[in-house]
Amino acid sequence: MTLNQQRKLKTFLTGLFAWTVALVLFFPIFWMFITSFKTELQAISVPPSLFFEPTLDNFRIVQERSDYIHHAWNSVVTSFGSTIIALIIAIPAAYSMAFFPGKKTKDILLWMLSTKMLPAVGVLVPIYILCRDYGLLDSKTALVIIFTLMNLPIIVWMLFSYFKDLPKEILEAARMDGATPWDEVVKVVLPLSVGAISSTALLSIVLCWNEAFWSLNLTASDAAPLTAMIASYSSPEGLFWAKLSAASTLACAPIVIFGWFCQKQLVQGLTFGAVK
Amino acid sequence: MSYLAITELQKHYDNYHALRGINLSITEGEFVVFVGPSGCGKSTLLRTIAGLESSTGGTIELDGRDITELASSKRDLAMVFQSYALYPHMTVADNLSFALRLAKVSDAEIQEKVRSVSASLQLDALLERKPKELSGGQRQRVAIGRAIVRQPKVFLFDEPLSNLDAALRVQMRLELARLHKKLGTTMIYVTHDQVEAMTLADRVVILNAGQIEQVGTPLELYRQPNSRFVAEFIGTPKMNLIAANKLVRHEDSLAIDLLGQNIMFPVNRLKGPLPESVIVGIRPEHMTLVDQGGDISGRIELVEHLGSEAYAHIQLSSDQTIIVKAPARSELKDGQEVSINIDVSEVILFNESDRVISVIPEEA
Repeated sequence: MTLNQQRKLKTFLTGLFAWTVALVLFFPIFWMFITSFKTELQAISVPPSLFFEPTLDNFRIVQERSDYIHHAWNSVVTSFGSTIIALIIAIPAAYSMAFFPGKKTKDILLWMLSTKMLPAVGVLVPIYILCRDYGLLDSKTALVIIFTLMNLPIIVWMLFSYFKDLPKEILEAARMDGATPWDEVVKVVLPLSVGAISSTALLSIVLCWNEAFWSLNLTASDAAPLTAMIASYSSPEGLFWAKLSAASTLACAPIVIFGWFCQKQLVQGLTFGAVK
Repeated sequence: MSYLAITELQKHYDNYHALRGINLSITEGEFVVFVGPSGCGKSTLLRTIAGLESSTGGTIELDGRDITELASSKRDLAMVFQSYALYPHMTVADNLSFALRLAKVSDAEIQEKVRSVSASLQLDALLERKPKELSGGQRQRVAIGRAIVRQPKVFLFDEPLSNLDAALRVQMRLELARLHKKLGTTMIYVTHDQVEAMTLADRVVILNAGQIEQVGTPLELYRQPNSRFVAEFIGTPKMNLIAANKLVRHEDSLAIDLLGQNIMFPVNRLKGPLPESVIVGIRPEHMTLVDQGGDISGRIELVEHLGSEAYAHIQLSSDQTIIVKAPARSELKDGQEVSINIDVSEVILFNESDRVISVIPEEA
């Protein structure tokens, strides 16, 4: 085999591997999507059928049984709301840790990350009681607070590592040019970090959107986001695969479309941030 | 009168004493260069003046005002960084006007100032470009323009030319000298390149291990160094240093035994007590090669021809190698035995603790 052939084979094998992994990861989503167009009977038939007459019944029933717009709105408010609040807290925090590190900065960062190591269920009871006592059960406020706290460590870490890579001299130049710390952040750091901040925000939104544990435990109907709506279709007494799939498809769709839509901006943002 | 006065300035890092009591007075309009080997504290001193590092003792006064504790943004100093530190997300025009916009200068005035600065630095055609679309030299000019446009009290330069290639560096050096002449603003310039220091400075401050070793005009430092450190640091090729242990004091001269031959050093050029031994310092251009009968002799190891001149590396009988400047077209051969005459009037003597113990005679 010539060197050229070897190289071609290598490229082919790498490609094959990548496609296999991608397809395996994508398959459940694809299956969910087509199942949502089947009847309940087709959905559980063995062997499963790939060719069938698609029906929109499931979507109609889901919309009848639960108010999709209501849950979707809850998801939007909680995920976007908590992401915005988390960014407002995380940007100054990451800025000060990246540009004015103290002796304990590393410890603080580790401590923040360590809060993510505690299983959520470990604090379920105290948080539930707190929410109950403050009248926050089944409220979007409770979810926004919890989502904010839940993602804050990750957001601070991501922004911190990006800020740390910004050349310090650019900020010093701004300082010499008469910039106050506020000017420095707003006129130099933020414009240079558009890409990093948007990808961090997108990650946070996705994490909130897909969050189920707290949504299920702290909401009933008023504040229930889409994840809670999906869960209401996984009933122990009956098999509603098709409806469950339809609900899941409806729940996924907005965030998938949003992410896809943001992709271009994200790539632009990330390359825009190139400093050199 | 002193415009920028630095008194007993100290800077401690965790377990490192970077500035050890700096005292320096700079007059208005002066071009002062801080020079020294890496780690000598020259950049730290500049950054402390800028307010980018806080001092741990001492004071800095600018134009009669104590600025030691003042934020960088309020000191009215402009700085040019080694990496240029342009704002990557702004066009050249926005880079130039950033400080003015922060200071809430009127739009008309900003436009006027940006136009005049960009004209004087040949940046007109580049105003709408982003820094990444510029070459190194252009970025450097934008960085300088950004400093000039504000008309600050003092310009601070932190090794501004070290990222440029050699030809461009010489050109920019010249532009900076012109700029200083034109603006007449006080400039403080940090470099490790002694050629930049010698060519640009009104006064050079030589730093070593966090302390000022010597302050003086370039020529003073060259002709009358205080210490062996300064003598070796200034001048290319380096000053030759030869140790001499046998000294005999005569009526009006001192006989110094250099490798078996005496050179006579006039006593009236000595200062302080006479030590047991001395180190004789002599620059390459103050020695001449002769066929025979010179003060010392040796064998040519290597000749470097620079076109306008040549440098002969000569191995002495003590195995030490010294450098002697020779005429450009001298036909010196490697391995050739030569004799060297020393111009005693240019000899500098150092004691065992490397301090100078001779003075240069007054110019005739």
